[in-house]
Amino acid sequence: MPKREDIKKTYKLYIGGKFPRTESGRYIKWTNTKNTSTVNICRGSRKDFRNSVVAARSAFSGWSSSTAYNRSQILYRIGEMLEGRRSQFMDELVLQSSTKKTAEKEINQSIDRLIYYAGWADKYQQIFSRVNPVALPYFNFSYPEPTGVVSAVAPNGSSLIGLVSIVAPIIAGGNTVVVLVSEEKPLCSITFAEVLHTSDVPGGVVNILTGHRSELLEHFSSHMDVNAIVYCGSEPEEIKLVQENAALNVKRPIVYSDEDWLDKNAQDPYRILNTLETKTTWYPVGV
Amino acid sequence: MKKDWSYSPAPESTDHIHIAVKNDLFINGKFIPPEKGKYFETINPANEEKLADVAEADKADVDKAVKAARKAYEKVWSKMDPAERGKYIYRIARLIQERAREFSVIETMDGGKPIRESRDIDIPLVSAHFFYYAGWADKLEYAFPGKKAKPIGVAGQIIPWNFPLLMAAWKIAPALATGNTVILKPAETTPLTAMKLAEIIQEADLPPGVVNIINGDGKTGRALVEHPDVNKIAFTGSTDVGKLIMKSIAGTDKKYTLELGGKAANIIFEDAAIDQAVEGIIDGIFFNQGHVCCAGSRLFVQESVAETVVSKLKDRMESLIVGNPLDKNTDIGAINSKMQLDKIKMYVDIGKNEGGSIHQSSCKLPEKGYWYAPTLFTDVSQSHRIVQEEIFGPVLAIQTFRTVDEVITKANNIPYGLSGGVWTDKGAKIFQVSKAIRAGVLWANTFNKFDPTSPFGGYKESGMGREGGLEGLMPYVHLV
Repeated sequence: MPKREDIKKTYKLYIGGKFPRTESGRYIKWTNTKNTSTVNICRGSRKDFRNSVVAARSAFSGWSSSTAYNRSQILYRIGEMLEGRRSQFMDELVLQSSTKKTAEKEINQSIDRLIYYAGWADKYQQIFSRVNPVALPYFNFSYPEPTGVVSAVAPNGSSLIGLVSIVAPIIAGGNTVVVLVSEEKPLCSITFAEVLHTSDVPGGVVNILTGHRSELLEHFSSHMDVNAIVYCGSEPEEIKLVQENAALNVKRPIVYSDEDWLDKNAQDPYRILNTLETKTTWYPVGV
Repeated sequence: MKKDWSYSPAPESTDHIHIAVKNDLFINGKFIPPEKGKYFETINPANEEKLADVAEADKADVDKAVKAARKAYEKVWSKMDPAERGKYIYRIARLIQERAREFSVIETMDGGKPIRESRDIDIPLVSAHFFYYAGWADKLEYAFPGKKAKPIGVAGQIIPWNFPLLMAAWKIAPALATGNTVILKPAETTPLTAMKLAEIIQEADLPPGVVNIINGDGKTGRALVEHPDVNKIAFTGSTDVGKLIMKSIAGTDKKYTLELGGKAANIIFEDAAIDQAVEGIIDGIFFNQGHVCCAGSRLFVQESVAETVVSKLKDRMESLIVGNPLDKNTDIGAINSKMQLDKIKMYVDIGKNEGGSIHQSSCKLPEKGYWYAPTLFTDVSQSHRIVQEEIFGPVLAIQTFRTVDEVITKANNIPYGLSGGVWTDKGAKIFQVSKAIRAGVLWANTFNKFDPTSPFGGYKESGMGREGGLEGLMPYVHLV
């Protein structure tokens, strides 16, 4: 039998439910540590980010007003799709220097985390809502609403689990997100976009970019139509930049440093709360 | 004979009020003079007469206050049995109730707000706020399911001049209940009720250093924000200063809450009870001379009733009594300061220059003091500066609309998101609109209502974090 050449995948961006290449035409050569495989990753640009924010903003009204049951099912569906494509993620994680055992653990934890937040999508509202006993003739209640468009910088050190742990609580809360994935280990985050694409996640709800953190962090933190930024990392200079730029439009800066994302406890509903706003309504009793 | 239907004067007496001529810093449970010996004047904005001298805290004084707060936090307050902590806060609430009249009169003299408001709204809410949070002190484990609430440490709190003592209560009560100690900096034009509060803190026997109160202007505030041993900043004030604070503490571990500016949409649908709505509009914009961050300063009236509403509004404005804040019949008191009066005048000029049509109440303004007549603008649109920017005065900008979608889009087309109002007889429409408005507090068929159990705070550039209610505990705890 003659040797068959395999088909290599082109790694692209995920913006507004489509898989474009970067508008900049730039690329980053990514090579695994054993030097046996090379991939050209899109070097996302400021313009790609801005396009993503436009996509996220236009998806926001639909996603935030979809029913909690619907959002819950879609998160569950992402978990289902991930389960079905284990082997692909396994290959990529191993290519990114994971052992088979840790790759297995990472995939399991990622799926379980999606199911965890799927379950929260129609429950956190009850945990974080109240009826307030005001001393006036009003029915007064407070409930959480999504803050809007969130930009997120996923942890650099982890590929799949970091991304899932960041994105799931943001979208469970009804926000839309533009996420910059790990520069070190970009492969399965892009494959994760394919999972999202087949999970009934409306286009624009999750937008995934690859590129240099050093180049894009400035734009992720300073964009005026972004309501919150989730930053994962522990570089003091980067944290300062994020927090400073957040002041431009009073963005909510959320920083996760030194998290062990593989840990079973790196999840809770307060992470959903981080990108929510509390709305209080006064409704008169009587005429 | 010409009949005079105006009210006779009914001034609240001030003879039982004692204001110290010289007010020192309240640090570590004692009143002490400032390091540099500098004092500034606080005046009554209704007659420009000096009320007292107030100590100005500089960096060294701030440091002293932080040290006292740190020591009280480490040694006493964070270690105290929470139920005991609660008792102190209850005690403060009771003492304020007992001395409510005194506080109301001083609040009105120092800030210019009508006595009716300080007596019926500000001061009762102050004691209610302490009373509400006192009870949380030993119940925190029920507030945050799955987590343990730990205090943050030393909180620096900077408050504005529009509701001086009420803002002090909003800041101090939840901080103390959660086990933090505080340094409060009142606004430089309204320091006096906070100094009276210091007396009460002493009277309540709070351990020294748990609450420290220092006065001064922006420089003092800055020294507090930048002090390395402060763990949390709580600020109420302008969006511009809020942004400066965010920048200045970027890269530190300080937690913060910001309650910033607003430009609330007050939306009147054609099926609303029009007379009630007119009262609500008046309350929305002229309450406290419009010095309210959640004021309903953008009015949207459905086209079909616009003419009626505006004409009724003008009639009602004409009947508002502007004058001596100490008079019990007064509706609109004095503008808080010369600086604020200048700002209002500047915005009204801008409004006129941009083509807005102005209407003002014909009321006679007193000669001395800072005053501004109730004002409204018609013929303005979304791009006008008086529609987009916070004026913080008795100036209303009126626009009309046809459909629900249109008014929601217009209401949300602004960087602010603090509050909003909806007036209609249809419950379903109330929920549709209040859900769609991107703001933290929505009033249906009412406006400017407050309660300690009800969270308050903004979306977008109106700030972050909530004050009041269970949510109001969150900014003062670490969840572990």
